[in-house]
Amino acid sequence: MQRSVIETAASLLETGVCTRVLGWKTGEFFYDVTPAVFTSAEEVRKDMVFTPFCGANLSKYLIAESRKEGKIAVFLKPCDTFSFVQLQKEHRICRENVYAVGVQCPGMSDPDALKALGLKGLTGCVQEGDTLRVDTLYGEKAVPLADALSLRCRGCKSKRLHDCDAIIGTQGKDLQTSRFAQVEALEAMTAEERFAFWRKELSKCIRCNACRNVCPACSCETCVFDNPDSGVQNKAAASSFEENLFHIIRAFHVAGRCTDCGECTRVCPQHIPLHLLNRKLIKDMNTLYGVYQAGADFETKPPMLAFTLEDPEASIITQGRNGQ
Amino acid sequence: MQRIGVFVCWCGSNIAATVDVEKVARVLSQEPGVVYSTDYQYMCSQAGQEMIQEAIREHRLTGVVICSCSPRMHEATFRKTVEKAGLNPYLLEIANIREHCSWIHKDKLTATEKAVILGRAAIAKVQLNAPLTAGKSPVTKRALVIGGGIAGIQTALDIAEAGFPVDIVEKKPTIGGKMTQIDKTFPTLDCAACILTPKMVDAAQNENIDILSYAQVEKIQGFVGNFTVTIRKKARYVDENKCTGCGLCTEKCPQKKIPNEFNLGLDNRRAIYIPFAQAVPKVATIDPNHCAMLQKGKCGVCAKVCTAGAIDYKQQDQLITREYGAIVAATGFEPISMDKFDEFAYSQSPDVVTSLEFERLMNAAGPTGGTLLRPSDGTHPHTLVFVQCVGSRCDGGEKGKSYCSKICCMYTAKHAMLTREKYPDTEVYVFYIDVRTPGKSFDEFYRRAVEEYGVHYIKGMVGKVTPQDGKLKVQASDLLGGRQLHIDADMVILAAAIEPDKSARPLATMLTASMDTNDFFTEAHPKLRPVESPTAGVFLSGACQGPKDIPETVAQASAAAAKVIGLLVKDSLTCNPCTAQPDELMCNGCSSCEKVCPYGAITYADKPFRGPNRTTRIRRVAQVNPAVCQGCGACTVACPSGAMDLLGFSNKQIMAEVDAICR
Repeated sequence: MQRSVIETAASLLETGVCTRVLGWKTGEFFYDVTPAVFTSAEEVRKDMVFTPFCGANLSKYLIAESRKEGKIAVFLKPCDTFSFVQLQKEHRICRENVYAVGVQCPGMSDPDALKALGLKGLTGCVQEGDTLRVDTLYGEKAVPLADALSLRCRGCKSKRLHDCDAIIGTQGKDLQTSRFAQVEALEAMTAEERFAFWRKELSKCIRCNACRNVCPACSCETCVFDNPDSGVQNKAAASSFEENLFHIIRAFHVAGRCTDCGECTRVCPQHIPLHLLNRKLIKDMNTLYGVYQAGADFETKPPMLAFTLEDPEASIITQGRNGQ
Repeated sequence: MQRIGVFVCWCGSNIAATVDVEKVARVLSQEPGVVYSTDYQYMCSQAGQEMIQEAIREHRLTGVVICSCSPRMHEATFRKTVEKAGLNPYLLEIANIREHCSWIHKDKLTATEKAVILGRAAIAKVQLNAPLTAGKSPVTKRALVIGGGIAGIQTALDIAEAGFPVDIVEKKPTIGGKMTQIDKTFPTLDCAACILTPKMVDAAQNENIDILSYAQVEKIQGFVGNFTVTIRKKARYVDENKCTGCGLCTEKCPQKKIPNEFNLGLDNRRAIYIPFAQAVPKVATIDPNHCAMLQKGKCGVCAKVCTAGAIDYKQQDQLITREYGAIVAATGFEPISMDKFDEFAYSQSPDVVTSLEFERLMNAAGPTGGTLLRPSDGTHPHTLVFVQCVGSRCDGGEKGKSYCSKICCMYTAKHAMLTREKYPDTEVYVFYIDVRTPGKSFDEFYRRAVEEYGVHYIKGMVGKVTPQDGKLKVQASDLLGGRQLHIDADMVILAAAIEPDKSARPLATMLTASMDTNDFFTEAHPKLRPVESPTAGVFLSGACQGPKDIPETVAQASAAAAKVIGLLVKDSLTCNPCTAQPDELMCNGCSSCEKVCPYGAITYADKPFRGPNRTTRIRRVAQVNPAVCQGCGACTVACPSGAMDLLGFSNKQIMAEVDAICR
């Protein structure tokens, strides 16, 4: 897989299909993979990677990159293609400047999951079918891929590649997974338990803004949190309640546009399960307004921006406190 | 520095009895920016308004807060007041301390505290108010009347009479509505058709009126003075211009067993039909669900016999888009379904009928040719039992309606009287909860039924009707006599409650007009603006606003017409300056606002913006047409970046109010 991704990228540049390639390269450690723009085939062959740690969703970078001179090729995993379509729906990406290559994905691994399995001194890693062969300072270990997967990939919603000009691997299908199980567990709690859960999680927040900066739905020209006129502007939290609200405001801002790509949780240095906030809103919208998947197509109207006569008039007034 | 004046109104005792107005004025005078604060008995009076104007001049006020009734009541009044004193009318805020405070509180301490908080919120908002200037928008001089019953016809005739073109959209193949099905009218007993059909003909012949029958409103866009309406004219498979209404096709059509809606299913019609002899337009309509040609492609009898060549099996629904300045809802009523009232055996015996069915049975043009015959065996009934309030005035409203249907007492008296007059050998019983006869000559009419015609009026309800051996066993209680009654009746007539037509709810949504819990349209003010909807440019005519008899309907229909004429004579309307305004620097161009805008006021433009390092970036940004924007604020909520804001109700102003309340 890695080889065909790199070769595709190199030949796209060599044949002049594009002038730049948006892909991944390794950082400090082999599992520390960052997005990168390559401008020559040599660069691609030298630095570009496609490993089980290429979790980064590259679609958001296209907002800026697709407006530059020349065509850019981008490599997108199935879940990334949802964000790609959603951003096009919002008129944020110039599609004609993009050559989209879909890459089928077995699920991305999480270095923390490997560490949690007791592996230390990681030096390299190769995926072979359902197994992950991990090189460590203490020798090679084979780990079932399922145990190394990041949390979001364990509830993968779809292997379908949307709106791609080329596909590496095979076209996949939508999957039936229990991605709402954790949300349901939270819903089953009492209001006090749930409040305590979120206070505990959200109070870990250091307001690094990584979740906002990585989120493909958080792509406003000026973020409300940076806008002195918005009334919610703040860089650092003045009180512990403010950082809690930061995440809740953010979840509401992306409601109906969040594709559930899980980038927020992946990048959170404090390991806050932020995607659960978004999933709760997705689940509620599905229940109230019919199943809707942001970025699954170009036509369906987002439930938060559409009105039909059949819409239930659910509100805090009819629902009451504690959902009664 | 702001110089704000606060004026607390007593509204006589309406506010002053529950709110310590002097204290409110005193406390609010301490608020930042307030330089003048006072209270007065009636701020809206001449003296009150002059006091405000004098204070504006004397204290050089930059903002005015009036603590009084709802802004819906007097905002316009006070805006004019401050404008005359030289202040921009949008530098005024009203704190509603009547509807929102004094009227709903009993305790003076609590009410006073709340009045202070509401005043404080208004002061916080007015600090951020900016002067606004209203623009003008043109008025399309054409009206649309939705519903072609007596209400719609009367409204259309009056508007047309004043010289304005008006369209009637009627969903049935003919105009005329419920009144066409009625036999006689109370209290004068003149024949409904005789007084209605000339009006129908007038409407058809009036050159200012265009009747779109067998049509429905599909989409409404725009706002007062500038509505764009899409109307679906359903395929009737007959060319309206060619059909002469001779009726030959309706006699030859081989599909004979189709329940006739006009006679409420008491007899049958053909697949091609003209509802009744005086239908307007008098044009045949093919019922596509029963026509053999349209269903199976075989038959074509009507096309063969039609000498005018009017039959067109390939006709398609037609979408018509027209511009209107005003819209009148005249969607009327329906009797409720008797499904939930099985105790009266409506579903078990054809001799249990609703009052509207009874109208058809008494009507000379009805299924029995005007002779009262039992639907089951065609024999002459001797004992008739009328049951009033079937589904009206029901507790809880689960089974029926909680309201009084208003017309049943009078038409039941009419039915009873007519039955006794035509057939003196009958015994007629009327069971009632109350007999309600307010109205000109109404009570005299009812008393005649009792005194002259010997109708047995019994206070009490019928408990059960059981069909047995060709009779209807009626079990009832006589509350005044304190006894149970058992009557062997030949017919039972149910005065079914009336409800708004089912098409009213979706129409209200299209019009963004409000409705009450029973789906009757809400009027702008229950006493002072009874024929206007709270949505500007939308007017109400007839029973879609509440149960009404014919004279009341006609009166309201003419009133609605007067309001429409008042609007259409204007050349332009003053726009609301409180419209949405995008901050282009923050706009993402994502189209969220465009998607939620109910008025189609938002478009997009690619504009150059200064990028970093002296570069130019072309960005897609939202543009609002202020003449079309109605200031509903949906876009400001949908905008993810907060780029969209509403003039006069900016996010900042609203937050300032909230902060002031939570202080």
